[in-house]
Amino acid sequence: MRYLPLTDNDRADMLATIGASSIDDLFVDVPAEAQLDGPIRDLPNHASEMAVERHMRALSKKNLAAADAPFFLGAGAYRHHVPASVDHIIQRGEFLTAYTPYQPEIAQGTLQMLFEFQSQVARLYGCAVANASMYDGSTACWEAVAMASRVTRRNRAVLSGALHPHYAEVIRTMAKFTKDEIADARPSIQGAPDADGLIGRIDDQTSCVVVQYPDILGRVSDLQAISDAAHEKGALVIAVVTEPVALGAIKAPGDLGADIVVGEGQSIGVGLQFGGPYLGLFAVRDKKHVRQMPGRLCGETVDAEGKRGFVLTLSTREQHIRREKATSNICTNSGLCALAFNVHMTLLGEKGLRQLAAENHRLACLAADRLAKVPGVSVLNDSFFNEFTIRLGQDARPIVRTLADRGILAGVALNRLYPDVEALSDSLLVAVTETTSEDDIEALATALQEVLS
Amino acid sequence: MNAPNKSGWKPEMNALEDGMHNGPATSTGNRALMLEEPLLFEIGNVETTGVDLPEPKADAPNRLGGMDRAQPIGLPGLSEPETVRHYTRLSRQNYGIDLGLFPLGSCTMKHNPRLNEKVARMPGFADVHPLQPVDTVRGAFEVINELAEWLVALTGMHGVAMSPKAGAHGELCGILCIRAALEARGDAREVILVPESAHGTNPATAAFAGYRVEDIPANADGRVDLEALKARLGPDVAGVMITNPNTCGLFERDMKAISDAVHEAGGFVYCDGANFNAIVGRVRPGDLGVDAMHINLHKTFSTPHGGGGPGSGPVVLSEALAPFGPLPYTARTRDGLVHLVEEEQADAFSQEHFGGKMQSFGRMTAFHGQMGMFTRALTYILSHGADGLKQVAEDAVLNANYILRSMEDLLHAPYAHSGPCMHEALFGDKGFGGDLSTLDLSKALIDEGYHPMTMYFPLVVHGAMLVEPTETESKAALDQFIQAFRTVAERAKAGDESMKQAPFYAPRRRLDETLAARKPKLAWEEGE
Repeated sequence: MRYLPLTDNDRADMLATIGASSIDDLFVDVPAEAQLDGPIRDLPNHASEMAVERHMRALSKKNLAAADAPFFLGAGAYRHHVPASVDHIIQRGEFLTAYTPYQPEIAQGTLQMLFEFQSQVARLYGCAVANASMYDGSTACWEAVAMASRVTRRNRAVLSGALHPHYAEVIRTMAKFTKDEIADARPSIQGAPDADGLIGRIDDQTSCVVVQYPDILGRVSDLQAISDAAHEKGALVIAVVTEPVALGAIKAPGDLGADIVVGEGQSIGVGLQFGGPYLGLFAVRDKKHVRQMPGRLCGETVDAEGKRGFVLTLSTREQHIRREKATSNICTNSGLCALAFNVHMTLLGEKGLRQLAAENHRLACLAADRLAKVPGVSVLNDSFFNEFTIRLGQDARPIVRTLADRGILAGVALNRLYPDVEALSDSLLVAVTETTSEDDIEALATALQEVLS
Repeated sequence: MNAPNKSGWKPEMNALEDGMHNGPATSTGNRALMLEEPLLFEIGNVETTGVDLPEPKADAPNRLGGMDRAQPIGLPGLSEPETVRHYTRLSRQNYGIDLGLFPLGSCTMKHNPRLNEKVARMPGFADVHPLQPVDTVRGAFEVINELAEWLVALTGMHGVAMSPKAGAHGELCGILCIRAALEARGDAREVILVPESAHGTNPATAAFAGYRVEDIPANADGRVDLEALKARLGPDVAGVMITNPNTCGLFERDMKAISDAVHEAGGFVYCDGANFNAIVGRVRPGDLGVDAMHINLHKTFSTPHGGGGPGSGPVVLSEALAPFGPLPYTARTRDGLVHLVEEEQADAFSQEHFGGKMQSFGRMTAFHGQMGMFTRALTYILSHGADGLKQVAEDAVLNANYILRSMEDLLHAPYAHSGPCMHEALFGDKGFGGDLSTLDLSKALIDEGYHPMTMYFPLVVHGAMLVEPTETESKAALDQFIQAFRTVAERAKAGDESMKQAPFYAPRRRLDETLAARKPKLAWEEGE
C-alpha cells in the first residue's frame, strides 16, 4: 500500500520493542465480539493510483461542468474566474498540510494570512472586525442570529422574505432547538424589495432583522432605512451578502448601519465545487461586539524579541476553553478557502475588484436587455447587480430542463427554491458574471425564444 | 536507532552561550532562507492589480438602484509575481505534514495523498453548481452515495448524514437527531452526559442544542466509570457523548455495556469519531451499540487540514436515529439510481421508499455538504480498500505504542500500566525539574524541527502531552522523533532553564498572547 511506509520487518521489530507478540495484542481492549476477523467483507481491496483515477474520472464525466455550457446559475453560488496562481499557492504543502495555528512560532504564514484576510473582509463589508471564517454563508447567518440573541437578550428574529430560502431554512432548523422565535415571510414579487413591509414587522421584542443584499431575486435594497428602523427598536441588523463581488460596486452593508455582516465568500478564489467547501464570512461593524462573536480571531502582537507576530486571540469565547459556555461550538473552519480568498483578493486589489464588479454588471445589463426582447419574457427587477429574475409566463422548471438537454444551463428556476410559492413558478433567476460571454447570452436568448414559442 | 542527522553535522556545543549562533545582524532582518515578509497592506496599493480586466466605461448602464459605492474600499493589490512571492515567503514560516512528523494528538495529521487533490480538481467535480438540474450532476450524487455506502459499511451503522461541514457541525447533527427522536416519542429530556476528558466541542454542542451538560466521572484506568454512569442514568438523560477510542488514547472496553445501559434508560449514545483512525477497518462502532458518530474526513480519511479547515463531518446513524437526519440527502433506489431528496420531495420520497418513516429535523447548511472533501475522501478510501484501511488502523496503533514504550522509562505515562494505547500515547509533566512545563518542552521540540504534540489536553492529566504519530510515518522517522523527544524530556527533567526561552530558531520567538488579548488588534489600520 503506497501510503504506508512500514515494512513487515519494521513491524516485527517494533512489536518486539513493545513486547507484543502480534498486532492483535495491541487491540486487546476491544471486546472479542466487536473484533472483525479480517478486512470487512464485500468491500474491494486496495487499488493503484491509475485505477482509482480512472474510476473517479468516469464519475466526474457524468456531470456537466459549467465551463462546457453557457452557464447562468447563481442563487448563492457564483462562477467566477479564479487566477491560476491562487490554486498554486493553496497547494503549497506548508499551507495545505498545516494545522490550526495553535503553535504560533511555526505558523506565522497561516496567521499573517488570516490577519490579512480579516482585514480584507472587514474593509469589503464596511466593518471594524471580521473573524477567521465560518463553514459557509448559511451557517454564518445562523450564528449571527444566535449572536444577536446574546447581545440583545431577546429571541425573536425577523427574516426578510427575500433572504435565501436555504439560509432561512437553516435558521428555522436551528431555532427549533434553541427556542428562538423566527418570523419569516415570502418574497414580495415586485421590482423593488418591500422595505416598508419588513420595517413594519420589527417591534420591541425583535432581536435582529436579517436582510439579504442584493436579495434572493437580485434586487438591491437601501439598507439604511431598515437599519434606522431596527435601531430605533433596539434590534440589530444582520446583512447577508451571498455575492461578495457586488461590494465592488455597491455600498458596504456596514456603511449602511448593518451591525453584523455575514455572507458567502465562495465567489472570490474558491470556485463552485458543487456547494462545498465554501467560505463563511462574519464581521461586526462595532468593536464593542467582538467578544460575542463566534469563531477564531487572529490578532497582532509581538514576540520575545519585540518582532511583530500574530496569534489566535480572545479564545476565551471558544469551545476549547469555555466548553458549554462558548459562543459557538465551531472548531475547524474554512482556513484554506480563506487563503484562496486572500490571494485572489490580493491579485484583484481595489482596482481589479471594481473592474470585476463593473464587468459583471455590464454583462448582466446586456443580458437583461437581450432577454427582455424574447417574446413572453419580462425582467422583474428595478435594480440588480449581476443576477436578476425573469418571468417566462409559464412554468420555469420544465423550461430549465429542456434547455439543459440542449446544453444550456439557463439559471435557477425559483420553484426549485420555493416549491410552495405558486406565484414564483414562472420565474427564473439568471446570474451573469465575467465568465459569461456575449455569445452565451445570445445562445440563451435564442434557445429560450425557441422553447417558449 | 538512526542517527538524528545523517549528514553528521552538529552545532558547536558552546554556540548558545557565546551567541555565535546568531552571527552578525543583517540589514534586512532576514537570515538567508529565513525571510521576513511585510503585510500585504504595507506593500500593496489600491492602484495595482494582478488581473487583466477591462476598464469600466463612464457611460455604461447602471441599474444598481442608486447604491453605488463611491467611497474608497482600501483593498491593496499586487501584481502576479509579487503575489506569488508574498505568499510563498509566508508559506515558509509554516510547519506542515509535508515537512515532517506532526504528532498532534487527536488531530490525525497524516500524509495527504496528492491523487486526492488531482481528483477534486477534475472539472466535473470542481466546476459544477449545487443547483444544476439533477440530470446534469448524476456523477456528483453517485460520489456522495458511494462514499456514504463506504462509511456505513466501515462503521456497521444504518445510515449516514453527509451534509455536516466539520466535526463540530456533525456533533450538532447527531445531537439534533437524538433530540428529534426523543421529541417524536414525546419524551422531553434535559441532560447530556459528557466525560471530563471530552473535546471542548462536545459540551459546547450539547449546550447549543439546548441541553444541560453534566460530567461523567473517569476511573483510575482513564476510562468511563461504568458504575457511576449507570447510577446517573435516568428519565432526564437524553444521551451520552463518548469519544472512543477516548482522548487518553484508550479503547473504552465497556463501550457495549455503556450503550446497553444508556438504551435501557431510554437514552441515546453519541460517539465522537475523531479517533476513528485507530479502529477503521478493524472495529465497527455499530457493533458497540452506538447511535450516532461523526467522522472527520479531514482526520481519518486524509482530506487536508489546510491551516484550520475546511473539514467535513458526515454522521453515521443507527436505525433509531436515521429517520431524523438532515435534508438534503441522497438515496439509491432499487433501480440503482441515486436521488437527491430536498424539502420538496421529502414526504413523498419517504412514503414511497421508506414507508413514511423519514422525518428529518431540517436543513443544516445551504447545499449538499463538502463535495470537495467527499471526492478526496472517496479517492483515499478506494486507494486503500478494506485491507488497506485495516492496515491503516494497525500501523497507527503500532506506531503510537512504539512511541509509548520508547518513552515510558523517561516520561510519566499515566495509563501505560493499564495496557496498550490505541493510536495516540499520553504523557504528563510529572518529574519535570525546576518550574519547567509542558509548554517549555513543546517549544524546545520546535527547535528540534518538530511541531509539538497536543498540549494540556485531555484536561484529566496534569501537563498532558498527547502524541499521535499516524500510520504514514516510517520507522526511521519515528526513531528520529523519539530521539528528539527523549532529548527534550531529559532536559525538562534536568531542569534546563534555557527551555523557558525556547524556541530559539523558529521564525518567531514566543509571542505575547496576553498583549494580543488585552489590546486586541484584529485588522490592519492605516498609519502604522
